[in-house]
Amino acid sequence: MLRACLVTAISLCGVPALAADVSSFTLENGLQTVVIEDHRAPVVVQMVWYKTGSADEVRGKSGIAHYLEHLMFKGTDTLAAGELSKTVSANGGSDNAFTSYDYTAYFQRIAADRLPLIMKMEADRMHNLQISPDDWKTEREVILEERAQRTDSDPSALFAEQTNAAQYLNSPYGTPVIGWRDEMEGLTRDDAIAWYKRYYAPNNAVLVVAGDVTPEEVKSLAAEYYGPIAANTGLPERVRPQEPPQLAERRLSYADPRVAQPSVSRSYLAPERNPGDQKQAAALTVLAEILGGNSQTSVLGQKLIFGSGEAIYVGAHYSGLSVDQTTFTLSVLPAADVPLPEAEKALDRAIAEFMQEGVDSDRFDRIKTQIHAGEIYAQDNVQGLAQRYGAALASGFSIDDVQDWPDTLDEVTPDDVMAAAKLVLDKRHAVTGYLEPTTTKEVSQ
Amino acid sequence: MIRLLLASLFALTLSLPARALDIQDVTTPGGLDAWLVEAHDIPFTALQISFKGGASLDAEGKRGAINLMAATLEEGAGDMSAQDFAAHEERLAANFGFDVNDDSLTISASMLSENRDAAVELLRQALINPRFDQSAVDRVRGQVQSIIASNAQDPSTVASRTFAKLAYGDHPYGSSINGTAETVAALTREDMFDAKTRVMSKDRMVISAVGDITAEELAPMLDRLLGDLPETGAQMPPAAKVELTGGVTTVDFDTPQSVVIFGQKGIGMDDPDFFAAFVLNQIVGAGGFSSRLMEQVREQRGLTYGIYTSLVDKDLAKTWQGSFASANAKAAEAIDVVRDEWAKAATGTVSDKELEDAKTYLTGAYPLRFDGNGQIAAILAGMQLSDMPMDYINTRNDKITAVTKDDIRRVAKRLMDVDDLRFVVVGQPEGLD
Repeated sequence: MLRACLVTAISLCGVPALAADVSSFTLENGLQTVVIEDHRAPVVVQMVWYKTGSADEVRGKSGIAHYLEHLMFKGTDTLAAGELSKTVSANGGSDNAFTSYDYTAYFQRIAADRLPLIMKMEADRMHNLQISPDDWKTEREVILEERAQRTDSDPSALFAEQTNAAQYLNSPYGTPVIGWRDEMEGLTRDDAIAWYKRYYAPNNAVLVVAGDVTPEEVKSLAAEYYGPIAANTGLPERVRPQEPPQLAERRLSYADPRVAQPSVSRSYLAPERNPGDQKQAAALTVLAEILGGNSQTSVLGQKLIFGSGEAIYVGAHYSGLSVDQTTFTLSVLPAADVPLPEAEKALDRAIAEFMQEGVDSDRFDRIKTQIHAGEIYAQDNVQGLAQRYGAALASGFSIDDVQDWPDTLDEVTPDDVMAAAKLVLDKRHAVTGYLEPTTTKEVSQ
Repeated sequence: MIRLLLASLFALTLSLPARALDIQDVTTPGGLDAWLVEAHDIPFTALQISFKGGASLDAEGKRGAINLMAATLEEGAGDMSAQDFAAHEERLAANFGFDVNDDSLTISASMLSENRDAAVELLRQALINPRFDQSAVDRVRGQVQSIIASNAQDPSTVASRTFAKLAYGDHPYGSSINGTAETVAALTREDMFDAKTRVMSKDRMVISAVGDITAEELAPMLDRLLGDLPETGAQMPPAAKVELTGGVTTVDFDTPQSVVIFGQKGIGMDDPDFFAAFVLNQIVGAGGFSSRLMEQVREQRGLTYGIYTSLVDKDLAKTWQGSFASANAKAAEAIDVVRDEWAKAATGTVSDKELEDAKTYLTGAYPLRFDGNGQIAAILAGMQLSDMPMDYINTRNDKITAVTKDDIRRVAKRLMDVDDLRFVVVGQPEGLD
């Protein structure tokens, strides 16, 4: 009981203080802007998040969202190819971008007094992108090299790609963000320009400015640089193919000579966070922590690493921040000489036992403590906070949703966790995968 | 405090820092020395304790012992099992990290102000009274063996291991800190206690703390936490002789993309020309999209996703290295481009704009590193490990600003020689002789 009070105290001190430094406004052209103040150091992070990602691609053009992200560095009417990054670094800053299923984001981190400079350039490429006929083919080679480096050279990445493709029967989440190689090879400058014109507009973006800035300052700069950009009145509605009921268990086996450590994974289709309704996703978040958050203290760690010893590593992962249905995944690296079917059996047995035993109250309290403390530690990383708001807002959530999330996690009960586990841990909507070396070693008993 | 430093740095427009970060030099009653930056905005403290020497202090024939020991420190201590220890860490919402590399073993801790004493007591058990139970050693050994097996199949790791062997030979730097399957299999529980004594001693320890704590609170805390460590540890190994010669070493590996590491002899921070080399490295290969290699290999030709170089300033050996990955059909062309650029850089000719842009980046980016308690604690511990004075933070940007084109020409001619550049290629590169 004493511990429970302590936990509450942390919550009351930590969470609201964080929320108080966040403000927002929307420009007339629809650009939603979030300002996160952190005056500890004269640094600013600007992030522009577009509400479009690979899951918005049409079939046959996989990778176009990410390809355009690369081409966004190729200049505008007034900036030469590469000039934006070079200017940022000549001013002591750094910049980059990333693409996901649901969003594409661009960011810079620089001395706070350089905010006007980076805003001017980021606003410029929101509406004045120029892709020269020389650059687009070279850049297509670059994304193919990127795919080779991230995916084709890594058997576990290839396996994850195949698992994901099997998980989704109809949702575009089954297609890799970077794209299928054959389709990437056919992407053109025209494809990229069409994508840019369809989705890159202030009313389809979120601007997050975090660091040593004031809301007034950001408002005035945003109005100056982003304000003149016209909204796209023809923005398509964000409606994607949805998953049908999944009725049949799927099983995959992938052998690759580059695999040294075999593994078994289980990916379940799972509900995502929904704007205004995050309760179930919060329960699943806590469930992932309980099952596999920490190898020493989690249910799977205690049962499979410390208990019966079939595993050397276990993991459970769930990220609810998603526009459409997401996944809840479990993974086990078996100990030497434990065959994958035996590791899978051990995993199933551990889950069945957990469903019988329910949530251990001490473990539950510890996880709640972690959640609260996480909010305190999070204040030390302003870029992480910018990321949190940007990803959520670009995925259709509100600032209230973001700020309610820690409390929603806090309100999760053991019953909520077990109800969520019962709903999600169902093999009929799961993919079980074996990743192993091409020649499986004989097991001597 | 942090803000004051950075504000004043920038008051002089990215050039001369005028005031130091307010670092306090704390000497404890027990004689320990620590660097402290107070920052009371957020109720937690980041603590870093590093031991110089790291895995290079492995005893003869015991390669992998220090790595296994460091990974087993938190697997049971005092009267706690591994699980009890981890559960207690969760209850306190403390985060402890144990990390080891060629030059240091580092313990990092984040602790909430409200239960800091209890968190320190828990950490003390791991540092002073680890149990190294046979079952824990065996369990972690299994994890290490899995990593060793996976690394042997990973082209990037194969490339870096091959390069290290060529560069450093039989010196500890020439082999993996993980050890081999054989050496790790042979390690005993006693080896863990011995490995701990070799590296975790007061004579090779540096300490930094950043966050919600005062000097008066820190000093007794450190004596309690670390006072019972042994006074002295193992001797440092001798300096490594960098044996690199020019040429290409190919390791056949069935993968669609060749991983390439290249390098030659480098330069250490104690060398008067280090900062000239540092600025030149920025221009050649460290500057991301502003670097010559990224421009030529990626932007102009699409031969790679990314290429970077760095001055690898290890305590006992200095090299200048770079890396990239290219489709097997393109690796040879990419290597030719790198060779051309290296030869061009070796003339030491840089443009005024290149020099200016590199300097403004390096001087402007430096203060941006000091963002967050853990980050600052890591920088301060790193400075102490390298025997840098406290005012280095103040003088570092001056040294960069002072670099001239003549300095760059001199250091380029002295250090860079394309005929000394060794390439290690892991993959099935086509047309490479």
